[in-house]
Amino acid sequence: MDRLLDLFSIVAIVSGAFFFLAGSVGLLRFPDAYTRLHALTKADNLGLALVVIGLLPQVDGVLAGLKLVVVWLLVLLSGAAVSQLIARAARRREKQT
Amino acid sequence: MRWRWFLGGAMDEFLLSAATFVLLMVALGLVRVARGPGYADRMMAAQLLGTGGIGALLLVGAAVGEAAVVDVALTLALLAAFTSIAFVKYMAHEDRPPGVDEDSA
Repeated sequence: MDRLLDLFSIVAIVSGAFFFLAGSVGLLRFPDAYTRLHALTKADNLGLALVVIGLLPQVDGVLAGLKLVVVWLLVLLSGAAVSQLIARAARRREKQT
Repeated sequence: MRWRWFLGGAMDEFLLSAATFVLLMVALGLVRVARGPGYADRMMAAQLLGTGGIGALLLVGAAVGEAAVVDVALTLALLAAFTSIAFVKYMAHEDRPPGVDEDSA
C-alpha cells in the first residue's frame, strides 16, 4: 500500500513538474501578453495542484495535508484575481499606444 | 528494475530532485523578465517565480520532514499576491492623466 501511494506521489509530482516546464516554455515562446498569461496560469493552477496532490500521501497527519491544500487554494484565488488584473493593465497599455 | 530505487525508500531524493527541477524551470522563465517587452510580461515571470517557489518549498518541506516550511510557503503565497496588487496599483497610477487626484480615479 505504501509503495502504491509512493508511486501515486511520483506520478502526480512528475506531472506537476511537467506543467511547470510547460509554463516556463510558454512564457518564453508565446507571442503576446495574453497567450503568455494563459501559459502562466497552467503552471500556477495545474502545476502546483498536482505537486500538492502528490505530496498529500507523504505528509503525516490530516492537519498537515489540509495546510498544503490551503496554500494551494490561496495561490489559486490570488492567481485568478491577479491574472485578470494584469491582463487588464496590459490591455489598457495596448490601447494607449 | 531501475524504478525500484524510487520505491525503496528513496522518496526524499526524488522530492528534492523535483524541487530542483521546478526551480530550474522558474529560472528559465525569468529570462522573460530580462526580455520584456511590457511591464505585464515581466510581472508574469515574477508571478511564476512566486508559484514555483511555493511548489519547490513544499517539496523540500516534505523531503526534509520540516513542517515549518509550509508556513514559509504560505507567507510567500501571500507576498506574491501583494506584489501583483502593488504592480496593478502602480500601473493604474502611471496611466492616469496628470492633474487628476487620487480619489477621483
